Parts: sequence; C-alpha cells; structure tokens
Amino acid sequence: MRVSGAKALVEALKDEKVEVIFGIPGGSTIPFYDALYECAEKGELRHILARHEQCAAHMADGYARAKGIPGVCTATSGPGATNLVTGIAVAHMDSSPVVAITGQVPRSMIGKDAFQEADIVGIATPITKYAFQISKASEIPDTMKAAFMLANTNRKGPVLVDIPKDVFYEEVDYMEAERVRIGGYVIKSGDPHPYSIKRAVGLVLESERPLIIAGGGVIASNASAELARLAEIIPAPVATTLMGKGSIPEVHPLSLGMIGMHGKGEANMAAEEADLLIAVGMRFNDRTVGRMEKFGENAKIIHIDIDPAEIGKNLGVDVPIVADARKALAALADRLIEVGIRKKENEWSRRIAELKEKYREFYNSEESRGSLSPKRVMKTLRSAIPERSIVTTGVGQNQMWAALHFQVLQPRTFITSGGLGAMGFGFPASLGVKVACPDRPVFNIDGDGSFLMTEQDLATAVVENIPTVTIVMDNRVLGMVRQWQCMFCEKRYSETDLGKVPDFVKLAEAYGAEGIRVEDYGGLESAIRRSVDAEVPVVIDVPVSPDEKVLPMVPPGKTLREVVWFG
Amino acid sequence: MRIISAIVEDRPGVLFKVTSLIRRRGFNIETITVGGTEKERVSRITITMRGNPAVVEQLVKQLSKIPDVLKISELEPEESAFRELALIKVSATDPSKRSDILNYISIFRARVIDASKDSLVIEIVGQPRKVQAFLDLMKGFGVIEMAKTGTVALARGARSSSSSTSSSSSSSSPPD
Repeated sequence: MRVSGAKALVEALKDEKVEVIFGIPGGSTIPFYDALYECAEKGELRHILARHEQCAAHMADGYARAKGIPGVCTATSGPGATNLVTGIAVAHMDSSPVVAITGQVPRSMIGKDAFQEADIVGIATPITKYAFQISKASEIPDTMKAAFMLANTNRKGPVLVDIPKDVFYEEVDYMEAERVRIGGYVIKSGDPHPYSIKRAVGLVLESERPLIIAGGGVIASNASAELARLAEIIPAPVATTLMGKGSIPEVHPLSLGMIGMHGKGEANMAAEEADLLIAVGMRFNDRTVGRMEKFGENAKIIHIDIDPAEIGKNLGVDVPIVADARKALAALADRLIEVGIRKKENEWSRRIAELKEKYREFYNSEESRGSLSPKRVMKTLRSAIPERSIVTTGVGQNQMWAALHFQVLQPRTFITSGGLGAMGFGFPASLGVKVACPDRPVFNIDGDGSFLMTEQDLATAVVENIPTVTIVMDNRVLGMVRQWQCMFCEKRYSETDLGKVPDFVKLAEAYGAEGIRVEDYGGLESAIRRSVDAEVPVVIDVPVSPDEKVLPMVPPGKTLREVVWFG
Repeated sequence: MRIISAIVEDRPGVLFKVTSLIRRRGFNIETITVGGTEKERVSRITITMRGNPAVVEQLVKQLSKIPDVLKISELEPEESAFRELALIKVSATDPSKRSDILNYISIFRARVIDASKDSLVIEIVGQPRKVQAFLDLMKGFGVIEMAKTGTVALARGARSSSSSTSSSSSSSSPPD
C-alpha cells in the first residue's frame, strides 16, 4: 500500500488498536490532521480537541491509567510540543504508558531556529522512556510499533515520537510492522527468581510484625487479588503509598490506608514498629518514608519491583525481588502455603487493632472552621457515589484530603499525580478517564488553585460531551503552601492568598457546563447524587476555610513517628 | 578508578541520551570516550569515575535502561587493558632542557610527533597514572598546551563484550 507518511502514521495507530487521540493541531501537523479527517468521516480514531496541550497529555495519561492501555496525545512543533512537557513528566514519574506524537519543522529547517522549532527530543529525553525523531517516512511503522512496545512493557512510561512536517508528505509502502527490536531492550517475563522467593519466605516465617507496603506497581500489574491473598495468608496488614491507593479495598480488615508525610497514623506507626517490610511496586520516595536513613531501621526489607534500577536506589534492602508484582506476590503466597505457614492471632494483630482504634476518633471528628469540613466532604462523596466511580485529584491539600479520607475500593479508581505533583492534573485527567470509561461516574476532587490551572478545558468537556464532575475545595488560597507557612514560617503567608477567585458557578455556566454552589452537607450530598448521571460537565463549588489543614502530618525530614496531629 | 564499558547502538543522539542521564541523576564522572567497535553501527562508550560500588552499580543499572544500550558492565582494572592518550606541547628553547625532555620521552616510551625551534609535541599512551606522571614531569619544562583522550578499555581474555546482544551483563543484574 503506497501512502503518505501521515497516512502511514494513522495506519500504525490503527494497528496498535488506538481508539482515541487527544491533541491540538498546528502548522507542523497539518498533514497528519488531514489524514485524520478521513478517519473522522469513517468514525475511526476519535480525536478529542483539547484547549491546551498540557491537558491533552493529562487526558491521555488519565485514559491510560483508567484503562490500563497506552493513551495517545499529539501536538504541533515548538510551543505545542513544549506545552506537552508537564503532562509527559507526570506520566514519567508515575510510570504511565503515554505515547506523545509531535510535529517538527521540515528536515531541512531543523537546527536553523525555524519558526516554531523546539528541540523536543532533547527536552523530552529526561522525562520519557525514549524519545524518537523520525528521519524518513519508511521508519514510521517500525518506530510506532517500538513506541507502543516501550511505553507499555516492563516498567511503563511515556514515549515521544517527533515527526518532521515533510516526512508526513513523503510516500512510503505501508506494511504493519511485525515484532521490532530496539537496541538492548528486552521484554521481561517478570518471573521472580526462585532463590529470592525462598529468601523472602524465610524472612516472612521469621518475622513477628510483618507489614506490606503496596505502591503503584501493584495497580500497574493488576495484582490486587494476589496482594489481598498474600496479606491474608501471612496475615500482614497492608499500607499503601499514594500511588498504591486502590491496590487493596480500603475497607478490607487488613488495610491501613496511606503511609507517608500525610499518611494515616496507624499506617505510619505500623511501618515504624514492623520487623519486616514487604515493599511491592513502590520506590521509597521521600514523601512515603519520611527521614530516609531512619526508615525501616529495625526491620528487614523485601523489595519487589520490575525495575532493577529501583533496587537500592533510595534504600538498601535485604531481599530484592526483580519481578512483576503480580507474579512475585503469587509466588510468595504459593511458597508460603507449600511450607505450611500457620495463621495465628498474635500480638501484632492486636497491636494493629489497637492503633486503628487509637486514631479512629481523630478521623471521625468533624470539627470545622466555619465552613465545610474537608474530611466530611470526602466521606459524603464516598457514600453518595457508586463503588465503581473513578476519582481524580488536583495537587495540594485537596489531594491529601482525598488520600486520607476518601476510601478507595477498587484498583484504577483513584488517579492522581503522585510523583511530579502537578497542579492542574485532576480536571483534564478526569476527561481522559471518562473517555476511557464512559459508563462510570468520574469525579475530580480539586482545589481552586489547582483547577484554575487547567479549567479552560471545560470547553473541551462541553463540546466533546465528556460529563465529569469537579468538586472544587474552594478556600481562596494555595492551601498546602499556606499550611507550611503556617506551621514552619510563623504564619508569614507569602503569596498564597488568591484574593478573589472566580465565581465557579458562573465560570461553569460560561462554558455551557453546570455549576452548583453548596452551603451545607445536605446540599453537597444532593448535588453529588444529582451529578452522578449528569449529561453535562458539572462544577460543584464547596466553600472551605483557608485555615483547614491536612493533618496528621510528618514534617519534612522527620521520621514517621514524629507526626504532628494538630496545627 | 572504576571503568564502565557500554556497548551501544550507533543511533543519532545516543551519546546525548547517555550524558543526559549521567547529568540529571547527579553522577560525577571523570572521563567519557565514544568510538567504534569491530561491528558496524555499534559503538563503545567508556566511562571512568570515582565512587563507591553502590554509586557505580546504580549508574550501570540506570544506563542499562536506555534502550540503545546493548550491553553494559563494569570492568575490573586488574582484569582489563586500559589506555589513555595525551598530546603535550612542551616549550623547548634551551638545548640542555630539550635533551632532558628527550630522555624522559625515552624512559616513558613516549614519542615526539612534531618539533619546532621552540617546542615539541609529544604523544604518550598508557594507563592514566603513567600519563599523569609524565605530564607532571613536563610541567617543569613548561607545558604550552595539552590534549588528552579519556580512557578506553577492553576486558582481558578472548571474550568479546560487543558480540552478545543481551541487554545487560551479569553485573547489572540484581544481586539475588
């Protein structure tokens, strides 16, 4: 089949079973969009026109995380490509399979500082698994095959493909690429080494106070069933990282909730008191472990991760298991049953129960500072929406309130920018999620500061008919920074007061979405229930006091034991 | 000194991908050289650095994640042949000093590759320590300018590290 490079790209995307592309056209991608025009006529390859390329990238990321397959975004050369950068960096930090396609100036202009030229391969190399630049149309089939393979295998992550404009016009014989090789990249089986499993089993049998810490890798490898099974066999309580939320239902008797700087008291204390930590699909991030050199000081550590470079990167461990989380957890459980581990009610389970009881009152208390309590807002949301609903978040206090108080019951139903912590992620991500899962209610828990970074894509939501619900925790401040200023800078609130924020109801209405302002919990609950089946995007404005804090909090550089409960 | 030897696909931008990683992860290297191998479209990148074994291991693991890297391993200095080359332009106006310089050249098995009335250009090849020792001696005569390659190295013995296409050597595997 003799086709243009642009058509070859479209065929390559169809061969990869891509159904949706998020993007904005520009000068360098005009020929690509011309090829997409025919797709639109045939109803293939839906294109969702974003209003900002950053949002296109977040949408592709949200789509990928909700569906567990690569999400695709595209932008033109220069500013289009550089606008993608934050979105690509988010996907990189959270190991999300995103394929970004950028236009580039024609080959003869590269390096000449041509109009809308940016070295996006250079810019994106540190924040992608790989960044390709295509130099002739005949490379398109193999390169696209390689891009999807890289993005979606081993430890997943974003891949960028940069295509000069004149390559789109060049003719090529199109044939679907078969298996491609790229350098020394090998798709791993993910099977754990039997010897490391044997050593891990030894540590489990010796331990009296085991704790599992589950990270995003458990969700990426669809290992929730295996995680619960292992936890029940040992039995060991399970704490999760922010990215691991949803790896175990947070109503499971062994679930302790999130660990870390804003983790739950019981999860953090369990990590301090445990004599064995089974860390799976997580990377000992500073927000997770507090003071790095003190973490797990008195415990043995088993570290399961698909990426060998994570072993020993942040923390030395006793037994590394380089493997797919699902396979490693299953192998560990099987082996424990073979050797006949005996479940027993012991002091550790009693201690865990005691810790949970100790902090219960704190989580249930609903003191509020004049307006709605964030804690109760999260609980109201949980009780008012179906279990299968998917929640995205902004970044900052809103995100941590959600992490602490919104119970996640299924994997892939809590989607947040964990590693990069990019404000503005939640709303566009919710759109990608809704496109991936149109039958599920999708709620974005956001802050006013965070939402204002990407709210222009309400236009996309309305025009493309993507009805997600955004709950704006409206405190008129950049709350998380303000909280630090309150706690660590003697209330010197430098530039964290937003002053006047827009009227979010009018803002929503201006775009053709629905806006609801709530004043009390009854109003909140009915607004949420009404929104579950909404056919237009909804923005619910929830007034929150600027003095509300996220507590408990482990101050930076402190151990998880040195938690602050009141501030 | 630690020596890391990476066999890479000779694709556009591969050196950038390697150096970008070294920079952004904060590794401190001493030298890096890139050049051909016995195979077409395959290059060898040799990196030398100081650092404890954990740091070197982490660099090897991170570099082995770059898809262009076909194979990477740390070479033990005792079990490898490694060389550096330096070109040193020395001031040699005084005939007696000139003969001293020529003496040192003979002791160190260096060579004169260009001579003028007032200067000599000397080529020396050897282990970095030897090259440094020679350079230190030449400083006494007045070094006008100097150019040095980084280190290139091969493991001793019959095996070829660029013939295999496995993704990583045993040293980049986890210690389990």
